[in-house]
Amino acid sequence: MAKKFNIEVVEKWCKGCGLCIAICPKKVLELNDQVKCVAVRPEDCIGCHQCDNTCPDLAIDIKECE
Amino acid sequence: MPREDVKKLLRSKFMPHIWCPGCGHGIIMHAILRAIADLQIPKEKVCISSGIGCSSRMPGYIDACTLHTAHGRSLAFATGVKMANPELTIVNVMGDGDGTAIGGNHFIHACRRNIGITAIVMNNNIYGMTGGQASPTTPEGAFAATAPYGAIDPTFDVCKLAQGAGATYVARTTVANPVQCTQFIKKAIEHQKKGFAVVEIVSFCHTQFGRKNKRSRPTDNVKWLKEHTVLKAQADKMTPEELEGKIICGEFLNVENAREYTDRYNDVIARAQGKK
Repeated sequence: MAKKFNIEVVEKWCKGCGLCIAICPKKVLELNDQVKCVAVRPEDCIGCHQCDNTCPDLAIDIKECE
Repeated sequence: MPREDVKKLLRSKFMPHIWCPGCGHGIIMHAILRAIADLQIPKEKVCISSGIGCSSRMPGYIDACTLHTAHGRSLAFATGVKMANPELTIVNVMGDGDGTAIGGNHFIHACRRNIGITAIVMNNNIYGMTGGQASPTTPEGAFAATAPYGAIDPTFDVCKLAQGAGATYVARTTVANPVQCTQFIKKAIEHQKKGFAVVEIVSFCHTQFGRKNKRSRPTDNVKWLKEHTVLKAQADKMTPEELEGKIICGEFLNVENAREYTDRYNDVIARAQGKK
């Protein structure tokens, strides 16, 4: 069974630069109307941590669901 | 928020940080924190020093021993810290202007001494904080506040400068590859026992540099960096004409048997006391 990941974005820290959205290979993330990043398709996440590593605001946390 | 061990190294009450949305310096800070966390160095044993500039705001957000010093003189302060307490792991963060223009002399002499400090040069090709003046690494032809018709000065190659001056670990990478940033920073921190390590991380300033050079969004800059990066192994097979305008990434120098300055200094102390 495919692994599932929990994506948490700290809204207060996110500045909506869009780097995570551009780098995500599965198009999991999108900007909401407050220009903050949200995970709209968390079930597609493959846990590559590219968004987490590239986030300049350290706002994204990816954890594997148990 | 990032993983737990990285979070412990962060002064969360000062977040979100002051840098512009998407700034490359944030990516570098994240890479430094991951490197320190991976190496499991206790935070009382880490000293982060910086000068003045956008990049030098970094120690304010890192929960370790930190030092925010005079413009360009961060390496001089870091040298003092290392001499007083050689046990400490010293990471000196500086921008391109801070490191190669205002602090150019300190930089080459720290390289020459081969003192155990990890210097991270965040190269964003411009003086970002003061309004976008051309720095020694602004590419020829690029526009800046003090170069409205394009910069005409040839640029510094930070890695070649460090090698020429005598540093014993020299590497370059870009913020488009944060995992490689962590990898090189880790190696550079481990190299401290053998001497001076320089990691040049090519960053970007979309606010000051990008808007004058048709790269005003962070995503444009990361894309540009990815397109212009050449790995060292690949670059060795290419001609100088093909390499024009490219950023060569990789480890340029790693001297394994170098002797560190505080080691040699302790020898002098022992000799002066007649113990040797």
